[in-house]
Amino acid sequence: MQIQEAINEGVVDRTTLRSRLFLTWRDWSNLEDWTNLKTANLFANNTKGMSYELVVIGTSAGGLNALQKILSGLAKDFNLPIVIVQHRLPVADEFMVFTLQESCDLQVKEVDQSDWIEPGWVYLAPANYHVLVERDKQLSLSIDEKVCYSRPSIDVLFETAANAYEHRLIGIILTGANQDGTDGMIKIKEKGGLTLAQDPETAEVEVMPRAPIERGVVDEILSLEAIARYLNRIIQENR
Amino acid sequence: MNIEQIEINLLLEAIYQRYGYDYRQYNQASIERRVKHHLAKTEHNTIADLIPDVIHNPNAFNALFFDISVTVTEIFRDPWFFRALREKVIPFLETFPFINVWQAGCATGEEVISLAILLQEEGLYNRTRIYATDFNDAALETAKSRIYSVEKIKEYSSNYQKSGGKSSLADYYHANYHSAIFDSALFKNITFANHNLATDGIFAEMHLILCRNVLIYFNRDLQNRVLSVFRDSLRYNGFLCLGSKETVQFSSVQQDFVDFSVKEKIYQCKSRKLSTKELLTEPH
Repeated sequence: MQIQEAINEGVVDRTTLRSRLFLTWRDWSNLEDWTNLKTANLFANNTKGMSYELVVIGTSAGGLNALQKILSGLAKDFNLPIVIVQHRLPVADEFMVFTLQESCDLQVKEVDQSDWIEPGWVYLAPANYHVLVERDKQLSLSIDEKVCYSRPSIDVLFETAANAYEHRLIGIILTGANQDGTDGMIKIKEKGGLTLAQDPETAEVEVMPRAPIERGVVDEILSLEAIARYLNRIIQENR
Repeated sequence: MNIEQIEINLLLEAIYQRYGYDYRQYNQASIERRVKHHLAKTEHNTIADLIPDVIHNPNAFNALFFDISVTVTEIFRDPWFFRALREKVIPFLETFPFINVWQAGCATGEEVISLAILLQEEGLYNRTRIYATDFNDAALETAKSRIYSVEKIKEYSSNYQKSGGKSSLADYYHANYHSAIFDSALFKNITFANHNLATDGIFAEMHLILCRNVLIYFNRDLQNRVLSVFRDSLRYNGFLCLGSKETVQFSSVQQDFVDFSVKEKIYQCKSRKLSTKELLTEPH
């Protein structure tokens, strides 16, 4: 099916099409004859045949609400481990873990040094530490310099996760006020992973999800509820 | 194994064979990031290009060594920790006529300065000897210089106040447009020395050991090794202070320590040391 037909028949909308073809806005407007692009590109990242092993999520302003919405929408037997970086003040407090645990059937904990990544768990980055994913599936911590003014940094999590899990990784960017995470999403795409972004129109602050979309490295742009449904569908297909 | 992994492995192997520093016992993801960060500052394009430097160019190696082994830190970082040190640990230390303190992994010295100021304000400085050690000589030189960036002083002052500082951080340094230099009097009782936690052992008996956010970079085996050295260095009831996300739990020395102040990860050593007499009369 040609792309024009696909759009006409509502199989895919232009925004999704553009992000799936990994085109920047500039490339998109320069593309003269996109109607003849092979539709095989449209479905290059379908989830069939992919076996994912880890989900990483990054968020900042408005993140707590956004995370609660996603976590509460996940299936009870959601069997992919989740690691989350939410930008937070450098003082430790248990409020965040407690709040997320309330909305979640999975077990929620703050990352400790040398935690093994295991299904059924949600790991939250602690205040004032970076979280890194090791190739042997452990989580490690660092107090290295802030990245994008942030520690914990989403880029640090996403980039190390991409190195360790490659195409078996799902990266998700939600609401937030800076561009921490965009480089991470680029790295995830380079390694063949799947990238989702919260639809900026639904985000409390749209800067963070919009940045990777503008760079053309987002596979799916979805509302929070749709992200949860999408993840549930993936674990069904994983089986 | 992909190309980048191969490069890193060969680089670490080169460092080990040429200089004896074993980074294979470190958590690799951090090392990789630091290597790549360093690479971006050089004119080289690939990690493998750093290997000839390691083998043939000591200056270039020193720059790489600094970037992968020295962590940037702050004066009075984690003010709540220093507050607990002041309020809970100092009262115990006051009972001793002479106090030995070991700051392990002192890097560029921010934590040592913080400790010196705190001990000064609590009236203990004159009977304390602080041993500040690190395995990176360049970091030790910076620490000895007492010079810090004037841009960060404001943040440090704020940290100092939050930690229960009794006057003002400005009382302890002189500043010009670029730098703040701390008083040499603060360094009267500090001994700086090169000490490698991976290979070196006990050198003195300690009342207080601080090693905060150093163990997080080590793998389990190396952590156990370092904690054993700490346990063997500490007096009975001596204090060990770790970073807020570090613990002695699940380590090989778990049973030798008890919690003293849980939130601040301050532990007390309960391992009994043999006295010299006991050592001499112990049956062989």
